[in-house]
Amino acid sequence: MKNAYESLLGGKQGAIGLLVLATLILVVFPLLLDTFRLNMVGKYLTYAFVAVGLVLCWGYGGILSLGQGIFFGVGGYCMAMFLKLEASDPESTKIQSTPGIPDFMDWNQITELPLMWQPFHSFSFALLAVIAVPTLLALIIGVAMFKRRVGDVYFSIVTQAIAAILTILIIGQQGLTGGVNGITDLKTLLGWDIRPDSSKIILYFVNAFLLLGCVLLGRFILTSKLGRLLMAMRDKEERVRFSGYDVASFKIFVFCVAAAFSAIGGAMFALQVGFMSPSFVGIVPSIEMVIFAAVGGRMSLLGAVYGTLLVSFGKTYFSESFPELWLYLMGGLFIVVVMYFPNGIAGLWESHGRKWLSRFALGNKLFGVPPVKARVLVAKPMEKPATRELETTP
Amino acid sequence: MNSPAGFQAAKPVLAIEGLTVSFDGFKAVNDLNLYVDRNEVHVVIGPNGAGKTTVLDLICGKTKSTAGSIEFDGRELTKMREYDIVRAGVGRKFQNPSIYENLTVFENLEMSYPAGRKVFGALFFQRSSAVIARVEEVAGEIFLSDFLDKQADLLSHGQKQWLEIGMLLMQDPALLMLDEPVAGMSVSERVQTAELLKRISQGRSVLVIEHDMEFVKSIAHRVTVLHQGKVLAEGSMEAVQSNPKVIEVYLGH
Repeated sequence: MKNAYESLLGGKQGAIGLLVLATLILVVFPLLLDTFRLNMVGKYLTYAFVAVGLVLCWGYGGILSLGQGIFFGVGGYCMAMFLKLEASDPESTKIQSTPGIPDFMDWNQITELPLMWQPFHSFSFALLAVIAVPTLLALIIGVAMFKRRVGDVYFSIVTQAIAAILTILIIGQQGLTGGVNGITDLKTLLGWDIRPDSSKIILYFVNAFLLLGCVLLGRFILTSKLGRLLMAMRDKEERVRFSGYDVASFKIFVFCVAAAFSAIGGAMFALQVGFMSPSFVGIVPSIEMVIFAAVGGRMSLLGAVYGTLLVSFGKTYFSESFPELWLYLMGGLFIVVVMYFPNGIAGLWESHGRKWLSRFALGNKLFGVPPVKARVLVAKPMEKPATRELETTP
Repeated sequence: MNSPAGFQAAKPVLAIEGLTVSFDGFKAVNDLNLYVDRNEVHVVIGPNGAGKTTVLDLICGKTKSTAGSIEFDGRELTKMREYDIVRAGVGRKFQNPSIYENLTVFENLEMSYPAGRKVFGALFFQRSSAVIARVEEVAGEIFLSDFLDKQADLLSHGQKQWLEIGMLLMQDPALLMLDEPVAGMSVSERVQTAELLKRISQGRSVLVIEHDMEFVKSIAHRVTVLHQGKVLAEGSMEAVQSNPKVIEVYLGH
């Protein structure tokens, strides 16, 4: 029991942090926000899945993927395909020249449901596909890259290229994918209407619990030996390799986990927002998601969630008021964070916020450090390595 | 493990034969033959650019050879993957202390404990009492018992060198390769390191690259002088030091 407490919650400190986040998204937001705003927060939180995945693979594993939109998108499309088929029953599509197939297929003179759509009639298949297809894709990319020791910036560029390719593919295959409009007009999930406010609230909570689940799973990975290995690999890859580890397999694993998290986010996006389109697959959304993680703190699972919420709120607010300025603002924000706050909001909290808070707490008792032998030794994300990394980058 | 009495006649634990590696036509190691016996401390010396570090790179699989063979304990290493070479029992220390600076001394040593080396093994790895006992035992050997909870980047340079040696000891390798283990160490640290090497070479072979002749003298059973990727001389330290070819290479340049 003690072990589960340590590895899932990260001891007292971690438990408090998780509790605060859980209270915020499970209690505070639902109480304060109307359904429209709550649904918007729900949408932001689907991006947080990606950011949490990026903390694992970028922050700890040192693998900067600029193509997480691929997995978010594929997960979302898998869910959207199921929902679209359900919305396209012969009754409601009887005005089409071929009833019973999605409307965009009919517009593209397709007269029969394509083979790759067939299994998406089954909900259990769709659920499986949401996780399995993106994970498998990540596995293929990971094996192809990491086994050949493609890393660092080359890996980032390749992921970005794949994101671009996938977008082009989706847009080009209009009859199969709905093209640039994506898959729209999603209505019901197993007969349950996902559009009314009551459903949106339920979906918000499902999404929130799934996100907290992913954070817990992330905690478990990071507090295990595998988490320490990831950090060790990031800083001294050769030493890990020559200590008898197959470095590539660990990178592939963490990249697949990040992909699976992103895919869950994508599927929840399709459910909550009611459509999926290539604009959530490509380079720009992928980079946005990296910015979420960077601003929140790439070494902090919880920080990534806050970063996502904050930047997304900012985006909604600023892009309404100054649509042209927003991209520059976000670029600037990214540069400032990377240069001056490499550990983002979470780093600032560690260095300033906690001190401030502990003045009000019971001295050092609440935030004290338990005896070392008994505790799971987890290296604290430190300010120093990140700054040093920046300095040495040519 | 063969008895030390028979080691002269016994098969060497490491047999390098005809080893060649060429980088764009430059042969850093050229038709090299080198043997390391069981329980032997074998030191390789030579001027800069002689190919010493490249030899270690070739043995541990970091560099792939162009020709020749490296046989370790009856297994051919040249075709094996790095991590398989380590698992077969070859440990290698790098020239600059290569430790995980964000982790504590304990975690550094634990990381080299030969369990949980695969993805799911690492995910569910438990810090058992056997692991803790082993870490504490090795920490004692490398003079770091009192620093187990210290973050590794706060150690002195010499302590970092010891820590990396300790990380290798965790794996209990049959062949330990050390690239300049006393570089940057104080005199007293060198003496301690020499003692450490004598202790840990019990029951295993050690291949050392070193420049410090006093240190070499104090530890070496056999010395090989490398020059331009080839063996120039081999034998006891005294024999090698009085060899006119060696004097020429070291003093003539």
